[in-house]
Amino acid sequence: MLIKLSVNKELKTFDCEPGEYLLDTLRRNNYLSVRRGCDNTSCGVCTVLFDGKPVPSCSLLTVRAEGHEIITVEGIQDEADKLGRIFGDEGADQCGFCNPSLALTVYAMKRELKNPTEDEVREYLVGNLCRCTGYIAQDRAIFRYLEDKS
Amino acid sequence: MKVVNNRIPSVDGLGIMKGRPAFTDDLADRSSLIVKVLRSPHPYARIVNVDSSEARKLPGVELVLTHKDFPRIPITRAGQGYPEPSPHDKFVLDEYVRYVGDEVLAVACIDSATCDKALSLIKVEYEILDPILDFETAVDNSIIIHPEPEIHEMFPIGFEPKRNIAASYSMHIGDVEKSIKESDYVIRESFFTQAQAHVMLEPHTVNARLDYQERLIVYSATQTPYHVRRIISQGLEIPLSKIRVIKPRVGGGFGGKQAIHGEMLVAYVTYKTGKPAKMIFTRQEVFESSYTRHPMRLDVTLGADKEGNLKAIDFHVLSDTGAYGEHALTVFMVVGSKVLPLYNKVDSVRFFGDVVYTNHTPAGAFRGYGAIQGNFALESAIDILCEKMGVDPIAFRQKNMMKERETSPIFAIMGEGTEGTAMDMETCKLDEAVSRGMELIGWKNKYPRVDLGDKIKSVGMAIAMQGSGIPYIDMGSATIKLNDDGFYNLMIGATDIGQGSDTVLAQIAAEELMTTVDKMVVYSSDTDLTPFDVGAYASSTTYVSGNAVLRAAQNMRKALMVEASRILETKEDEIEFDGKRFKAVSGKEITLVDLSNQITYSHEQKQLQVTSSYVGHKSPPPFMAGFVELDIDKETGEIDIVDYVSVVDCGTTINPKLAEGQVNGAIVQGLGMAIFEDVKYSAKGKLISNSLLNYKIPTRVDIKKLTTVFVDSYEESGPFGAKSVGEIGIDTPPAAVANAIYNALGIRLTKLPMTPEKILLAYKQKENK
Repeated sequence: MLIKLSVNKELKTFDCEPGEYLLDTLRRNNYLSVRRGCDNTSCGVCTVLFDGKPVPSCSLLTVRAEGHEIITVEGIQDEADKLGRIFGDEGADQCGFCNPSLALTVYAMKRELKNPTEDEVREYLVGNLCRCTGYIAQDRAIFRYLEDKS
Repeated sequence: MKVVNNRIPSVDGLGIMKGRPAFTDDLADRSSLIVKVLRSPHPYARIVNVDSSEARKLPGVELVLTHKDFPRIPITRAGQGYPEPSPHDKFVLDEYVRYVGDEVLAVACIDSATCDKALSLIKVEYEILDPILDFETAVDNSIIIHPEPEIHEMFPIGFEPKRNIAASYSMHIGDVEKSIKESDYVIRESFFTQAQAHVMLEPHTVNARLDYQERLIVYSATQTPYHVRRIISQGLEIPLSKIRVIKPRVGGGFGGKQAIHGEMLVAYVTYKTGKPAKMIFTRQEVFESSYTRHPMRLDVTLGADKEGNLKAIDFHVLSDTGAYGEHALTVFMVVGSKVLPLYNKVDSVRFFGDVVYTNHTPAGAFRGYGAIQGNFALESAIDILCEKMGVDPIAFRQKNMMKERETSPIFAIMGEGTEGTAMDMETCKLDEAVSRGMELIGWKNKYPRVDLGDKIKSVGMAIAMQGSGIPYIDMGSATIKLNDDGFYNLMIGATDIGQGSDTVLAQIAAEELMTTVDKMVVYSSDTDLTPFDVGAYASSTTYVSGNAVLRAAQNMRKALMVEASRILETKEDEIEFDGKRFKAVSGKEITLVDLSNQITYSHEQKQLQVTSSYVGHKSPPPFMAGFVELDIDKETGEIDIVDYVSVVDCGTTINPKLAEGQVNGAIVQGLGMAIFEDVKYSAKGKLISNSLLNYKIPTRVDIKKLTTVFVDSYEESGPFGAKSVGEIGIDTPPAAVANAIYNALGIRLTKLPMTPEKILLAYKQKENK
């Protein structure tokens, strides 16, 4: 079936199966920054912005995205660049498999929460698992990014 | 130093953050056949018959593969050097299935849905066999898990499959029983560690295609591309020269990707059909059907005299390797070899036991590699002994632990699967690590406990050591090529799996050639294009591959000087090179850019390229002291980690920020093993903690503070003074937390993980006494 939606501000028509999840549709159409880490919305790796809100695309049926706006990290390159440079400076990069999804979630959080406390930030990002960094350097970088008002 | 020991951003972090295609599946051919595996619902069974006639009729089904399609060649998937210290006890597919999740058969279809449909149409008839699910009953059980005649060891590792023993080992120094009899204080305790899961975020992923030279090109999320190439060649009888393995960006490994997983099936499908094929493990498959940490029972006896000297250590260990014996012997030996030398002043040591087969998910390599299990047992036991003796556990350690310039006879006796290598500790800053750790955690004000009302605050600690590669076995190599315009390519077999080795190795080369990291373009882990390296394991990359890179850079410098000497018509020792410019005492000079352009295009043209290799002659251990501060809720038994102080001696930190990341990530993974990561099997042997919903790894809210510092240390044999740092961080958390729980509540937990339920139960039992 044909589904019309907006991906990174471009109108797209995807041919997909009724039971297909958005993650698979996006990857099939070469949005390769959206990746699968688990099968049940527990790891955060497949996050996309759905009308501005971070959602796990591994459990969102593509048909549900009809007429909605999807943003992947390709759609927020300037912000990802900013966050990426701070990550580099803080030594917060390791495998990076989850980094595009983390960038999307952090970007959404910055727009959603005004002057969040450190605990609020950790709570917001609790669904973005990382097995490499032990979180501390990532959090240092994210707090710096939140302070950046440019 | 201008590049080494400086906080340089990783060479690839920015592109990865911005979502550039980089990982194995990002590079798969979009028309790939999908390969899926039918997995055993039984812990132990013989496949009597497979009826795939209906599935084969389904449009889009390319292949149905059973054990009858493969030559009967026993291999090990361990991903080690050759000959491997692991038994060859696995067939690509076999008539027997040996755990719930084992491979029954595979299908290759045009898409995922067709695979699912095909698998549902295949009827398998099993002869269900009684399994062994309790590893303490495996030895000499009437059930034999590996009865097949073809399996074998590559050299003596104590392999006795008829007794369900994959490997066994024993060593002793002095007379342990006599020492214990003569000791004034003796403690005995048994410890149990669980089958921790790696939970790297990228699941096991592989894809393959045939290129226009009819060669098999395999993209694999692996830690060991060269071993993958060799094992595919051996298992599928494809000439090694016909196989190219490329490791793209890897999303974490932690040892789980040292072994091969889907590579054999995908390589076979592509080789057979000529079509591209791919396989991605589901998260459930990663849990059930890849690897775990080896669960163990460790029986420890310690003896000490009245003067506070540790006199004897006796370690009997039983390790559960699950259905296959990958890393059975070597993980087992590391329990002793990278733990027992911590206390090098004892009169006698004994270390012995078996690694047994069971019908559980196989165990394999996992960061720490036995050292975390051994550390939990020994460092818990030291605190138990100190309690019995009435002495301070830190003072006791300071008196009895390894010091700089000392050694242990264990180094010469125990290697990894073979004899070891004698060495003195040229660098060992444990003393400083312990005293700084005490200050940083505020030990004096918090030990043993502070009652906060609803909660109790306490501290606990442990010391640890690891290694830096496997001497005389692990080899790394590096090629450096000079390009016109004066920049270099660094080509390395070493395998970046997210830990940052591409960055660290580029820093080493850039430092030696007095240039910057942006002029040292790194390409790693491609069996056609990069020189050999064993891969990312055994804490070897910074030390072994780093030494290879340093030698290559030194040789490039020599090659540059030869050219500069010719061009400037001056003897080499009368030319100075500062990384950008060659200046002769005569006043003549040429820039590197001009030199490189000249030898590329105009005069005496040639390609400057050097390759160097390195094999370690020792394995200098990094050391650390780990201190935890935690609050325990008296009502719920819940632990809140307030801070974890790590004071680490890893020699020079090539990249201080990335080194901190290695330690922090390992500490948190170790804390996961200590308090969160519970492994549960059903009564029928199915792993039921098989998803991230019921296997909890530490999240961002669990970890609020880590204090990681490095002591000044310079290991002469390492590149710019470096030792390893990849594994050392994981070893201390289980014992440090167990010791802190004891200091808080007076209860000694000996079984991991130390969940609130176990804490509360032990606490209530103690209160009711």
